[in-house]
Amino acid sequence: MSPKIDKDTVDRLAHLARLEFNETEKAELVQNMNRMLVFVDKLNELNTDKVEPLIYMCDEVNILREDVMKVTITQKEALMNAPQKDSDYIKVPKVVDNKK
Amino acid sequence: MQKFDTLQETRKGLSDKSISCTSVLRHFLSRIEEQKHLGAFLEVFTDSAIIKAAEVDEKLKTGKAGKLAGLVIALKDNICYKGHKVSASSRILENFVSLYSSTVVERLLAEDAIIIGRCNCDEFAMGSSNENSAFGPVKNPHDIKRVSGGSSGGSTAAVAARLCHAALGTDTGGSIRQPASFCGVVGMKPTYGRVSRYGIVAYASSFDQVGPLTLCVEDAASILEVIGGCDEFDPTVSSKPIPAYSEEIEKAQPPVKIAYIKECIEHEGLDPEIRAFVQNLLKRLEAEGHTVEAIDFPYLDYLVPAYYVLTTAEASSNLARYDGVHFGYRSPKAFDLESTYKKSRSEGFGIEVKRRIMLGTFVLSEGYYDAYYSKGQKVRRLIQEKTGEIFSKYDFIMLPTTPGTAFEFGANSADPIKMYLEDIFTVHANHAGIPAISLPLGKHSNGLPFGVQIMADHFNEASLLRFSKSLLNNA
Repeated sequence: MSPKIDKDTVDRLAHLARLEFNETEKAELVQNMNRMLVFVDKLNELNTDKVEPLIYMCDEVNILREDVMKVTITQKEALMNAPQKDSDYIKVPKVVDNKK
Repeated sequence: MQKFDTLQETRKGLSDKSISCTSVLRHFLSRIEEQKHLGAFLEVFTDSAIIKAAEVDEKLKTGKAGKLAGLVIALKDNICYKGHKVSASSRILENFVSLYSSTVVERLLAEDAIIIGRCNCDEFAMGSSNENSAFGPVKNPHDIKRVSGGSSGGSTAAVAARLCHAALGTDTGGSIRQPASFCGVVGMKPTYGRVSRYGIVAYASSFDQVGPLTLCVEDAASILEVIGGCDEFDPTVSSKPIPAYSEEIEKAQPPVKIAYIKECIEHEGLDPEIRAFVQNLLKRLEAEGHTVEAIDFPYLDYLVPAYYVLTTAEASSNLARYDGVHFGYRSPKAFDLESTYKKSRSEGFGIEVKRRIMLGTFVLSEGYYDAYYSKGQKVRRLIQEKTGEIFSKYDFIMLPTTPGTAFEFGANSADPIKMYLEDIFTVHANHAGIPAISLPLGKHSNGLPFGVQIMADHFNEASLLRFSKSLLNNA
């Protein structure tokens, strides 16, 4: 089978995953991912036509609790780990109208 | 000096007042300092541990101390403890401080365990050698040229080197049992749904499970009965009541039915000495009156491929939260929203984490979802059904934990797939969601320890621990 991943696929996936790679890393990823796909293609040896996908690992369903409002994290705590902040808000680089 | 390597021994010393929690803690703190070269700890929680030890000593005087009084335990660096850093051994969380404690930590503290620090691991628990940590590797206490195993490498090395009584690890594909085998300690992955994952940094949510690393089975039982059981913050935890494992393991061991998987024992990658050891052990158990039978398990070679499809998919989704906005690392080069995401993530994550996010993004992407992700889930059902069939006839499956003993640093670095196959005997339990334990029974002629693994049916931890105790104490 022909390789499924080329440099364009890596670029497209990197954008979806919000990651960036330099040219050397991209070349390594193309090679690594194609090898991994050959490795996982082994699964196609198994006939799974009448098998339902296993999605939930537990038998129990709908474990409910009372919907009670409570403060679990204060604003001060929420700001504690923010990379950039002022006294009330988390700061981010300018989002709107950034292009000239 | 009196020995207090385990909680069992420490309890005796506390009751005859020959030691105190504070003296035990101070002993471990100096051991950690002596063994710093191992790289087992990322941070020692000296201040909070000393306060807790003094508090427990006071409680012991009035007879009000909890079940785990005297226990000094370390946490893998992906388990939240309020007011303390947790980084998952990643640059992206390097300075992150937990805003709340995980359920397991709450329960340990409520029963008066002393938490001594956080231990090194593979970044986001992705790895089998602890070489993927952003903060350096962990050395194997038996031979510092070799890896500790991973991903709970620091937790395991800390227990093996007697830097604490016990540690908590997490096990997604073998991350407790594989290092336990390499370092010669007891490592247990409970049933999926036995222990709450609330406050655990997620890797692959349908596989992850917290479990103990200890020097003896008794300590594992004492810890599991405290950390396990239903939790309103994690709906995947079973509502089944948690047995008193520490009492269960004291009961007499009845004859059991043990299956061994022919394909595992005959596996070409298995070290011949480990193969012979397991075969002899099975013969001995048969001679002692247990039933021992060979079974077929046709999916051995599909376990690791299915694992990498499903766990990378779950990881790509779980790790989407690290975006450089609300918490964690933000790149100084970020100039708008998209570059905040892309540059922070690219600079903050290590290469193995990025590889897995990329593969996970691929298997979930349009046009490939059915061929890879759904296919993986279907194969997982086949694995689970076949495993259920085995446990309808047998109490336990016995197999090696690892194909070999601890390898040298760099030995598997050039080839990720070779590294992934380190988990071939351990991922089975995570696919099926069953409990499994690695017991330090083997000693190789190369001087290194290796583990024997036992798997049991869902929620059969009590019989698994009891049988493990009888094996280890009659070794």
